Amino acid sequence: MEVTLTHFLVVSTLLFCLGIYGIITRKNAIMVLMGIELILNACNINFVAFSRFGNFGLQGQLFALFVIVLAAAEAAVALAIVLNLYKTFVNVNVDEIDTLRD
Amino acid sequence: MSENFLIQLSVIVLFLPLFGFIVTLLFGKKIPKMFFFEVATLFVGLVLSAILLFGKLTSYPDSNITAEFKWIDMGSVPVIGSINIYLGMLIDDISALMIVVVYIVSFLVHFFSIDYMKGDIRYNRYFAYLGLFTFSMSGIVLTHNMLMMYIFWELVGVSSYLLIGFWYEKKSASDAGKKAFIVNRIGDLGMLAGLLMLFITYNTFSFSTIFSEISNGNLPFNSEFWLTVTGVLIFCGAIGKSAQFPLHVWLPDAMEGPTPVSALIHAATMVAAGVYLIVRVFGILTADAMIVIATIGALSAFIPATIALTQNDIKRVLAYSTISQLGYMIMALGVGAYKFAFFHLVTHAFFKACLFLGSGSVIHAMHHEQDIQNMGGLRKKMPLTYATFLISSIAISGIPLTSGFLSKDGILSGSFAFASLTGHWLFPAVGFFVALLTAFYMFRLVILTFHGEPRNKEKYDHAHESSFVMVMPLVVLSVLSFFFWYTPNPMSPDAGWFYSKWIKQPVLYTPQETRFDFMKTDEAGLVEESAQHEVMYSETYTEALHHSHGTAVILSLLVAVSGILLAFLFYQWKKISADKLAERFKPLYNFSYNKWYFDELYDKTFVAGTLAFSRIAAWTDKVIIDGIVDGSATVTKAFSTFIGKFDNIVVDGLVNFMAYLSAFIGLIFRRFQTGKVQTYIIMVIFSIVILLFIFKSF
Repeated sequence: MEVTLTHFLVVSTLLFCLGIYGIITRKNAIMVLMGIELILNACNINFVAFSRFGNFGLQGQLFALFVIVLAAAEAAVALAIVLNLYKTFVNVNVDEIDTLRD
Repeated sequence: MSENFLIQLSVIVLFLPLFGFIVTLLFGKKIPKMFFFEVATLFVGLVLSAILLFGKLTSYPDSNITAEFKWIDMGSVPVIGSINIYLGMLIDDISALMIVVVYIVSFLVHFFSIDYMKGDIRYNRYFAYLGLFTFSMSGIVLTHNMLMMYIFWELVGVSSYLLIGFWYEKKSASDAGKKAFIVNRIGDLGMLAGLLMLFITYNTFSFSTIFSEISNGNLPFNSEFWLTVTGVLIFCGAIGKSAQFPLHVWLPDAMEGPTPVSALIHAATMVAAGVYLIVRVFGILTADAMIVIATIGALSAFIPATIALTQNDIKRVLAYSTISQLGYMIMALGVGAYKFAFFHLVTHAFFKACLFLGSGSVIHAMHHEQDIQNMGGLRKKMPLTYATFLISSIAISGIPLTSGFLSKDGILSGSFAFASLTGHWLFPAVGFFVALLTAFYMFRLVILTFHGEPRNKEKYDHAHESSFVMVMPLVVLSVLSFFFWYTPNPMSPDAGWFYSKWIKQPVLYTPQETRFDFMKTDEAGLVEESAQHEVMYSETYTEALHHSHGTAVILSLLVAVSGILLAFLFYQWKKISADKLAERFKPLYNFSYNKWYFDELYDKTFVAGTLAFSRIAAWTDKVIIDGIVDGSATVTKAFSTFIGKFDNIVVDGLVNFMAYLSAFIGLIFRRFQTGKVQTYIIMVIFSIVILLFIFKSF
């Protein structure tokens, strides 16, 4: 059986949905961040797959590399935010941190 | 004496009394003796005015001296041209003579008042007002233009108001002051109209310019009729000031003022102004205007003379005699006896001032008793007052050797000549009849006051001759009533310096065809030429005057003597009972006693009319004007209420509704904002899914 674009897209969709699920259902901010990572990786799969099957040259791969760099940077900033959140609220549960509402 | 010197002198003479007025008024309250200053300024003024007269008569016997300066420069007015208003002085024979008369009388009145007014609470202010009065009159006499004359004319009105109402605590005095002022205003209105008529025609107020324009044939509105109207309108001012019929009612009431003030008003400063005005503008009067003037004069001579017969107040008799004598002067001007009118103005000033000051002396001695029925027999108590009063009465009655005879006889012969030339015989008839009445009522006054037995014993016992300060002016004035001041011949003024040298024949400026026949210039009949080489009355008039003189002398002497005899028959020897006569002619007596019911007539017509008109105006104001105002207020109020309701309900409702709406919407939407990131994400995903479905077809 030949692996086609559809297979890649299905995998990335699954991954994306898992990421969304993680973001929505997890209380811990770390877990939410991990969901975001999953979504970014689903994106990467899409980029690489379209690059492989589409007529775009190496642009897709390059964008995937950018996204990985961006994910690393994002993880660094987000973890710093989480650390600060912990310092302030003594926990990192996103559903309990709703001070901005008021 | 140089021209400049005389002008400066006249300016000083004019402003001295004003200076005295201001200083006396300012320091009068602090310094009780301040009145001396006022009297002193008057004395200095008297000396200076005498020098002025002397200088005018010796250095400039044939020319007038004028000095003027530009007061208001209106520049070039569109349509009319350039308008400049000048103020200035005019010194001619009549103004120089008149100013001396004014000062003599005014000074003597000041002097007399020192004792008469002693103890008055506003003593110094009284003297200040006298100064203002003198100043106003000097202004009228010395001015060279109509505007300045009008200003001083009104100043005379104000000062007379202040002095007549001097004892304003008395209701009658303050009423009399108001009456004098208001009645005068009626005449002044006419005068104002007249001088404005001249102003719009000639763009100037100056006498000389107006006169020369008229003699060049420029008439107001290019019509002789309007020249007549102008003359009559200006004469209206004289009717008011000189208390001529029908505006004579203020003068008897003016007796409420202090007696020296009456002397001042009657002799020199107020009523003389009217005659002086007509003397000034005599040259522009047309024949028609002169007939009007003569008629008014004759009426004013006759009516008050009949009223004076029955009055019992010593001052009122004199007041009516003043109106009557002024009527003589006005009539004389109307019939063209210009010189005699002015002559009578001067002589009358002295003997009438003497009569009034004499009555003041009597009233003072009798402790302010003015009713002659309570007097009598005062001859023995007050010999000097009696003598001077008698001399003045003789003068006013027109008995030879007095100045009154000369001037009155002149007026009578003037009117006689006028009648013989034009046929108006009523004027001399009135003149002679009034002469009879004058002699009668004056001697009635003398006899009832000074002769016979005292009728009020108590008052009589307290009476005494007045002090030197009060008698001195009487003596001076009565001496001035003798003939020798004016002419060497006691029977005729013709030869006298006053009549033939000092007063010149008037220069006429009116067009030939508007004059009386005898005033027309005919080549053959040149009689006399003035300095300006204007032609005067024709020879026919001089001849007629000459002819009538003899008749007039005899007739006037006859009526004067018979008047005096009648008075003696009635009141001294009691051959004829005045009371019985009054009883028999009761209606006539009442008519005269009640002053021809003039006051009542005016009360019923003009005063009541004015009141009725005021009431109508008040009603209009109250009902219609106020109604409109109130109505509009009500309408506005109703409208405002409506607007307020609209605001409260509709506009506010709308605004509140919007607020409620947003609050309601906010209430719903705040539920969506939970603060939980995951909820938001769900919403985002949900919306994206919805959007995907919506935009699926694109």
